[in-house]
Amino acid sequence: MTDKKRIDAPTGTQTVGHEWDGIEELDTPMPRWWVLTFYATIVFALAYVVVYPALPGLTSATKGVFGWSSRGELSKTMQAEAARRAPILSAIAATPIEQLAARPDLMQAAIQGGSAAFKVHCVQCHGSGAAGSAGYPNLNDDDWLWGGDLQSIEYTITHGVRNPDVAETRTSLMPAFGRDGILTATQVQDVVSHIRAISGQEKASASSRRGAALFEANCAVCHGPQGKGMREFGAPNLTDGIWLYGGDRETLTRTVTDSRRGVMPAWSHVLDPVTIKMLAAYVHSLGGGEATPGLAPAAQPAAAADAATGAAAPAAAGAAPAAGAPAAPAAAQ
Amino acid sequence: MSPVNDIATPPQKLYEKRKAVFPKQIDGPFRRFKWLVMAVTLAIYWITPWIRWDRGPHAPDQAVLVDLANRRFYMFSIEIWPHEFYYVAGLLIMAGIGLFLVTSAVGRAWCGYTCPQTVWTDLFQHVERFLDGDRNAQIRLERAPWTISKLWKRLRKWAIWLAIAFLTGGAWIFYFADAPTLQRAFWTGTAPMVAYGTTFVLTMTTFIFGGFMREQVCIYMCPWPRIQTAMTDEKSLIVTYKHWRGEPRTHGLKKASEEAAPGSEAKFGDCIDCLQCVQVCPTGIDIRQGPQIGCITCALCIDACDRVMGQIGRPRGLIDYATEIDCELEMRGEQPVPVIKRLLRPRTLIYFGLWCAIGLAMLFALGTRTRVDIAANADRNPVFVRLSDGSIRNAYLVKLRNMQSRPRTMTITLEGLPGGAMWRESETRAQAARSLRLDVPADQVLKERIYVVAPAQGPAREDFVFAVQAGDSAKEKAQDDESFVRPEVGQ
Ligand code: SF4
Ligand code: SF4
Repeated sequence: MTDKKRIDAPTGTQTVGHEWDGIEELDTPMPRWWVLTFYATIVFALAYVVVYPALPGLTSATKGVFGWSSRGELSKTMQAEAARRAPILSAIAATPIEQLAARPDLMQAAIQGGSAAFKVHCVQCHGSGAAGSAGYPNLNDDDWLWGGDLQSIEYTITHGVRNPDVAETRTSLMPAFGRDGILTATQVQDVVSHIRAISGQEKASASSRRGAALFEANCAVCHGPQGKGMREFGAPNLTDGIWLYGGDRETLTRTVTDSRRGVMPAWSHVLDPVTIKMLAAYVHSLGGGEATPGLAPAAQPAAAADAATGAAAPAAAGAAPAAGAPAAPAAAQ
Repeated sequence: MSPVNDIATPPQKLYEKRKAVFPKQIDGPFRRFKWLVMAVTLAIYWITPWIRWDRGPHAPDQAVLVDLANRRFYMFSIEIWPHEFYYVAGLLIMAGIGLFLVTSAVGRAWCGYTCPQTVWTDLFQHVERFLDGDRNAQIRLERAPWTISKLWKRLRKWAIWLAIAFLTGGAWIFYFADAPTLQRAFWTGTAPMVAYGTTFVLTMTTFIFGGFMREQVCIYMCPWPRIQTAMTDEKSLIVTYKHWRGEPRTHGLKKASEEAAPGSEAKFGDCIDCLQCVQVCPTGIDIRQGPQIGCITCALCIDACDRVMGQIGRPRGLIDYATEIDCELEMRGEQPVPVIKRLLRPRTLIYFGLWCAIGLAMLFALGTRTRVDIAANADRNPVFVRLSDGSIRNAYLVKLRNMQSRPRTMTITLEGLPGGAMWRESETRAQAARSLRLDVPADQVLKERIYVVAPAQGPAREDFVFAVQAGDSAKEKAQDDESFVRPEVGQ
């Protein structure tokens, strides 16, 4: 490799001075505007270093003359977003939940806000698709323990289920028929046979006929003479296709023997009323929501929910209070 | 290698200042053709957005409109939706193959005649010549000291350039919104910021590229010269100086006539070194040095040289469009192949065939496409829901596209899935049916969450079809294959 710069005759341009196997490279001068543009980018870079946070230090980077930071920008965005949402949220707050349906825009905003809050507070038990699991109700179906209209759902979320320290909480205590010696083990089996018969899982048998009488005496007061359940007590319908814990013999035996007493927190201790209202609207919208009793059909949510699908809705997760919120409730037994 | 080359030389400059080019006015067939192309291309650019096209009350009445906000592309009777972008891709492919075709046949014709950089530079140069005079006057003015009169002349030129640049940049935005409305909004200061921003950026780029950068754009910034050079071959027409005919040069007519003088031994070529070809060249090169990247094949040097040949009584075409292969034939004194025969060769014919095939395929697709479409998206969380009567419910987000600019009633039907029924999210299960009628607004996508319920007995995954039929035309239908999911037994 020789290192001699020379002028290349045909082009009149100097070479860079290196040669590899007879191949040389021309050092064609760049156009002036190109060089000037290049210098301009260097000036820009220097200015950028001064204006924006750039040089890393031990604990943080330089601040830049305007004190700009991505964190500051985020908080500005969040404030602007909160300001934008404020009127919608206060309108939702001012509207009784059963009348939300008459305002499709509010309803839509509430559902979307509820959806966001659900992902923060409810998915731990009810699952991200609100489909629940054994002991945690599926909120998509048309079966409700305590009522499936907007007001009932809002009430349940507000006061929770079986909260000893909340006076208005939804509560009922099924006796542990087997453990407390109210029924013998055989009697429990007979009651289970009866339940499986009325839910269409087994044919009627001698055992189920004996169980029918026991059911009448011990269970009908809450679950109703036909076993169709009673929402005042949160007593489930035993004749339908939906089981909270399971409808097989083994699970039912455990349920009758030891009782089940699922709990849910009273969210009024954690969330503000607007968020609870939005959560109720969301849960109601999942496909099983029921009509508000005594309200004209036209004003029911279902009739209005198709409008304004594109309406911007508040992301309600931010509406939740500070991070100190109690963790998800202890699971039901 | 000559020893001269090895003499140590002073270090080269880091950069090279642009050598100003002052192309001289010329007239001739190619120049007139360029005038025509300029008039046509500029007219298309400026007039197109103002052409109206009636599409009824539900769609814009601008013939050519790229409606970014609503994601529609209108071109006369054709309306393209975003999911039909392959038509645009097809057009781009056609443009690409068209460029291959043109380049392989007639070289850098795009650069020489139709490229916006060429057209606007040309326009700016005409303005320059109109205001400041032809080449020599311009050079004199350039060298003159900065007097009031020079300042005035410069400001006057820049102002007119800026005005043209503003009209250019300003016209662009009319392709993206209703032109008359946007124009009013533009002048009253109520147009969107992006309209002003775009106009400003395009005004400045036109001003700078057309007024000051000119051939620098072609030589340093544009990728086309590299690509096009690779696409031409020895049978492509390029602008060539026929050196075997022109060399050796003489200086001026008088010398050229020496040859004819009795007893003269001198033997001269046709080139009288009048430098006309160099002076008219918009990129300031000397074509007599052979084909080079700076040549945009605008053919103005042909006009210039032909005129000179006419004056000295020589046949035209010392500089001419010619293929490399014909040049060699001519050089050997053989007869070159006629141009038209050169153009018809496998390469160009294949390009042309491809170009036509894609065009016909697109026309066929356009003619047979339906303006209705359905796409369903099954809920994935939860996949299914067991209802209290034991049946299973699945949910789908169904999108119905009405791609005509009038509202239509469409019927969606479940095909397959025995025992299945569906209802809209806004209804109740009591209204469940095998088919639903939906009103879809003009030129819109209707999104409906649809619940489908079916008995629990059945395969864990059962295929069915959402079929849609627009009420008024048997041809307007579409379908989407979906599956209905049930819990595995025991779940
Ligand atoms: S080189 Fe590029 S910019 Fe110049 S005329 Fe050709 S295509 Fe246009
Ligand atoms: S050399 Fe001739 S054809 Fe090429 S750019 Fe110059 S004038 Fe145009």
